[in-house]
Amino acid sequence: MFDKLDQIFVLLLHWLLGYLPAVLRPAVGVVLCVAVIVCVFPAIFAFCVWLERKGLGRMQNRLGPNRVGPFGLFQPIADGIKSLTKEDLVPLTADAVVHFLAPVVLVVAVFMGFAVLPMGRNMVLVDMDSSLLFYFAVGATSELAVFMAGWSSRNKYSLLGAMRAVAQMISYEVPLLMSSVVVVMITGSLSLVKIVEAQNHYTWGLPHWYIFTPWGFAAFILYAIAATAETNRSPFDLPEGESELVAGYFTEYSGFKFALFFLGEYLAMLSISGVGATLFLGGWSSPLEILNWVPSWIWFFGKLMVSIFVFIWLRGTLPRLRQDQLMNFAWKFVLPLTLLNLFVAALWRFMDDNWLRWVVCSAILMAVYAFMGKVGMRREHFGPRRYRYAE
Amino acid sequence: MTVAFYLISALTLAGGLAAIMLKNTVHCALALTVAFAGLALLFLGLDAQFAGFAQILVYIGAVAILVVFAILLTRGSETPKDGVYSKHWPTGLVIAAAVFAVLGWAVLQSMRVLPSQSQAPVVTVQQIGNELMSRYVLPLEIIAVLLTAAMIGAVIIAMHDKVENGSATNKEAAK
Repeated sequence: MFDKLDQIFVLLLHWLLGYLPAVLRPAVGVVLCVAVIVCVFPAIFAFCVWLERKGLGRMQNRLGPNRVGPFGLFQPIADGIKSLTKEDLVPLTADAVVHFLAPVVLVVAVFMGFAVLPMGRNMVLVDMDSSLLFYFAVGATSELAVFMAGWSSRNKYSLLGAMRAVAQMISYEVPLLMSSVVVVMITGSLSLVKIVEAQNHYTWGLPHWYIFTPWGFAAFILYAIAATAETNRSPFDLPEGESELVAGYFTEYSGFKFALFFLGEYLAMLSISGVGATLFLGGWSSPLEILNWVPSWIWFFGKLMVSIFVFIWLRGTLPRLRQDQLMNFAWKFVLPLTLLNLFVAALWRFMDDNWLRWVVCSAILMAVYAFMGKVGMRREHFGPRRYRYAE
Repeated sequence: MTVAFYLISALTLAGGLAAIMLKNTVHCALALTVAFAGLALLFLGLDAQFAGFAQILVYIGAVAILVVFAILLTRGSETPKDGVYSKHWPTGLVIAAAVFAVLGWAVLQSMRVLPSQSQAPVVTVQQIGNELMSRYVLPLEIIAVLLTAAMIGAVIIAMHDKVENGSATNKEAAK
């Protein structure tokens, strides 16, 4: 019974394909899976928007949307209809072709990342050998879309926002990749499916997730920081800082194209959370052995929603960073720590499996963290501010 | 297979041609990205996953961005109406043709020298990683040192000259 519930989507697909001639099955199967991904994730996006507006409202002592439907639940639908019926304005001097292509490229690139995410037991669209590499390769393409949007608008705020976004995304892509490499080192595979399987063991009813190791914990924190910056979320939302740049690189977009940018941003958040959950939180595996009867896809999407909530929480809590703080943080703190973490993971791999490696690996990480924090604080002169470019 | 190959080849060639024919420099850079993407697809069509994804990650994700950054930070993207054709384009054409001839000759020669295999070998990413870390570790390390040296050089060139700046502010303060 529970096994069937776990595999319900897979069984449903096979049942549907059973009515077709064998020649058509592979092609139709792929199209069906893609259709499901293209429908489900925008639906989650709509729910996330509602959750974000409600959650932020709660954190800022206001109600949030509460007019459309119960608890304002239908607000995203109303927003969607509004953006569909709005006039699509394109600035007269804008580069029409590039201006049109930018949101399309962004959304296509972001959607492609979902192809390799294992969303449950046997629930992955493409199980390829190097799916992690594929994910990061496709994710890197979205930078180009951001640049296209900012440049083609012929607006100084758009261009500034795009330059900021691209500089930030390139800077944080290095720690993002470096913090994921440790998982590949330990698992010995770039395949996300195999990474989940490697974590799906239990000792005393507790899972072997990578977050429960010293190097895994450090890598998870670094990954979370880099992922927040990569998706341009607060406190790293300088590219669209509304008090400085109107809306950043999509200032000159209206109607459905604006909605596409919005969709792309949230989908990127969802997919990067999904990869984070897969790498460090055991993907679709359950947190306790006795809870193994709960369908695997519930765990995956549950982990996804928890990380979305953390994103919202961070946005409601932290102030925005300054550009120089952002860059210094990436290159002088996060990147050295990820490099050190590579060394610690190698040490963990080659030491004997006993309590000693726990002590040694944790001690190295904590000592370096404390030392770097202290040196960094001493170098920061908390005196009057000196403006390098505006004197 | 062949239809896909011809389509992707046409796309790659069109991107490359557009990159040299278009007037606006940023458009050229974007067209070049199309050519990069076409090359990546060709790699994937040959079942070379690692090369294909590395091509996307490095060329579209980093090199293309670097190119547009360089264009925007150096001068305006607007070029004169008559374009930027150099007077020495025949020389460039001759050099390009020579390089193409050498490459083509090498490829055609390899078909005769190497024994033709009936089946394409299956190479996993893991095998590539193992080879890079064992047999080809020296070239890998040399490239790594070279890149690090290049990066340090770039940082030194771009570094803010602190001594000069400090004395300037001191002078201003003295005034």
